[in-house]
Amino acid sequence: MSFAPYAVAIWIFLVGLYGVVTSRHLMHLVICLSVVQSSTYLLLLGIGYRTDGAASIFVDIPPNTKAVDPVVKALTLTDVVVGAAVTALLLALTVQAKKRFGTLDPDELDPLRD
Amino acid sequence: MEKLAPLVVGAPFLVAAVFAISLPLSRRRDDLIAIATASTGVIFVAALLIDVLGRDIPVVTWVGGWQPRDGVALGVSMAFDPLSTSLALLAAVLVCAAFLVAWRYFEIPGPIFHALVLVFGGAMAGFCLSGDLFNLFVFFELMSVAAYALTAYRSEGSGPLQGALTFAVSNTVGAVFILFGIALLYARTGALNLAQIGDYLAHRPADGLVVGAFAFLAIGFMVKAAVVPFHFWLADAYAVAPTPACVIFSGVMSDLGIYAIARVYWTMFDGPLHPHLGELRIVFLGLGSLTAVWGALMCLGQHHVKRLLAFVTISQIGVALIGVGLFTTEGVAAAALLILADGLLRAGLFVVIGAVIHRVGSVNELRLQRLGRALPRPLRVIFLAGALGLAAPPFLGAFAGKLVLEHAAIDVGQGWVIAVFAVATILSAAAVLRAGGRIFLGRGAPSADDPSALNEPDLDSAEAEIEGAPGYTPPVMIVTAGVLVAAGLVVGLVPGLVDGALDAAARFTDRNAYAAAVLHGATESLPDAPSVELGALAVVLSVVSVTAAVAVAAAVLSPRRTGTAIPRTVREPAVRAYWMLRRLHSGQSGDYVAWLSVGAAAFGVLLAVATR
Repeated sequence: MSFAPYAVAIWIFLVGLYGVVTSRHLMHLVICLSVVQSSTYLLLLGIGYRTDGAASIFVDIPPNTKAVDPVVKALTLTDVVVGAAVTALLLALTVQAKKRFGTLDPDELDPLRD
Repeated sequence: MEKLAPLVVGAPFLVAAVFAISLPLSRRRDDLIAIATASTGVIFVAALLIDVLGRDIPVVTWVGGWQPRDGVALGVSMAFDPLSTSLALLAAVLVCAAFLVAWRYFEIPGPIFHALVLVFGGAMAGFCLSGDLFNLFVFFELMSVAAYALTAYRSEGSGPLQGALTFAVSNTVGAVFILFGIALLYARTGALNLAQIGDYLAHRPADGLVVGAFAFLAIGFMVKAAVVPFHFWLADAYAVAPTPACVIFSGVMSDLGIYAIARVYWTMFDGPLHPHLGELRIVFLGLGSLTAVWGALMCLGQHHVKRLLAFVTISQIGVALIGVGLFTTEGVAAAALLILADGLLRAGLFVVIGAVIHRVGSVNELRLQRLGRALPRPLRVIFLAGALGLAAPPFLGAFAGKLVLEHAAIDVGQGWVIAVFAVATILSAAAVLRAGGRIFLGRGAPSADDPSALNEPDLDSAEAEIEGAPGYTPPVMIVTAGVLVAAGLVVGLVPGLVDGALDAAARFTDRNAYAAAVLHGATESLPDAPSVELGALAVVLSVVSVTAAVAVAAAVLSPRRTGTAIPRTVREPAVRAYWMLRRLHSGQSGDYVAWLSVGAAAFGVLLAVATR
């Protein structure tokens, strides 16, 4: 198993994080956050990968066939669901910001600063 | 009883689901159902706690009956030990309090608020009781998402939107860190059960992967706990969340981050990291001290009362982290006692501020000066008593926790932290006393030449949470505030509490006993709990804290402007430094994530050096 998936996962994480840090637009911010989250999918699936392993669905293959780890798939699926919930909520907030204040610039949503 | 235990988590979700799909029939009926569910939860968790206290080993249940075989767990376990069950009880009590406060507090369109709070409560219980690393993450995310939505509940104002955004962005990045840690541990051990991972790691040295996994998990939980420099989101979110939600946020949610650090360390990492404990301790005590002092300093110049209480939360989280960061049984006991007493006090203080907002529609201490006198007299007493309680007067409030913490720190030769948390306690209590003195006693009228006076931020009208200014304060708010503050004050007087906490901590920190109970259902011999004698130091320190806090508050409020007695050469740089720190709280989630990344990198380097 090569190191490539881990390197790509780290790359995606860092790129997303850079986007979040430098974002000046709420839509951009939410999408960058999704990018950060998607690095975990690759990391998890990379960990469970077995070279020449079958898909871990033992309906039409013998139970002892070498297969990729099903646990990390379950973790990834759960993570996708959680990520979708967070993204949906943040998009709802973004829509509210646009509706109420006509802006998507986070600088302009700033009541507590001096 | 054990068979029904998962209902602690499941039942609130079921009721919440019914709320979410039901039509808004009657507000009062929704309230009654929610309060009934929450109080049933309190009774049930209390019964579980009594059951657990009577046993030698943690009560372990396997959801769906997937028992472990030969020490290999494929199912998902929940573990009820005295400490985790007590924390779940605190969460259940505060959920109940939140519903009572919301009852007559603000007009709620439909039962979505009730559904969110119930999901939040169920997730907190699951987080406390989970024996499985991935479930810990799922409950972490579940309670986070409910909390983001609650923060933005009054999304008519720009404040709640901005607060919820920074909260959600920071905590989501934190959650990604946690998942990285879980992935690394799973890659190494092939297990997700805390006990099984701990067993696997126990007899192997701490290599880079194990240290990295611990660093990732700790960073994620420190974002939730709001440890400096991961804390920036907290003040923005707590300042704008509706008060009933603040009661839960400040009372217990932040503390759960501290609890989780202790949980993962003592169930999984105690084996490999034990040889490096001395160095690890320095890192965590440093972070705890920084957090305690930073939070306390930020309190001093804060006139937005909810923001003030948010910084009090940060400061006290720092002190609790000092307890956990000692990595001893006594340290864990101290943190548990602190979390219990201070959590109840903070929740009670938030209820009083809710009553002020309800009546007057402002949270600016300077604008509120004297206005608090319009509120019923008991609220005045409750707020001032709670503020004094934050200073931990002898035998009241967090006194028991501070007593154990002093012992624990001296035991491992880290007595210097006592000075740190004494200063943090004095400053944060003084700031709350100052706010109380100004609002409820009418002291400290702002002078006309004071530049910081009235241009401080306040609620904008859309955020005032209630429509119009009613001419009364709901009695249920007064009673809830009174019960929470009184409970926070007298909890230190409960006989046997300190011994009970030490005993619970001894079980919590015994990795072998936990693993044996979870994986083999076996009893290990009970660990000997340490004992702590009441010392003169604790009483003296406590009297000094209270006196100093009152003196500082009185000096600030004095009409003679005592502040001008400080030489200009000291005062001006101090004020400049304060504003520099304060401007770091820029309200931009980008800045906060930048600080989070810098902090995470620095923490990783420190841990790498510490475990070299």
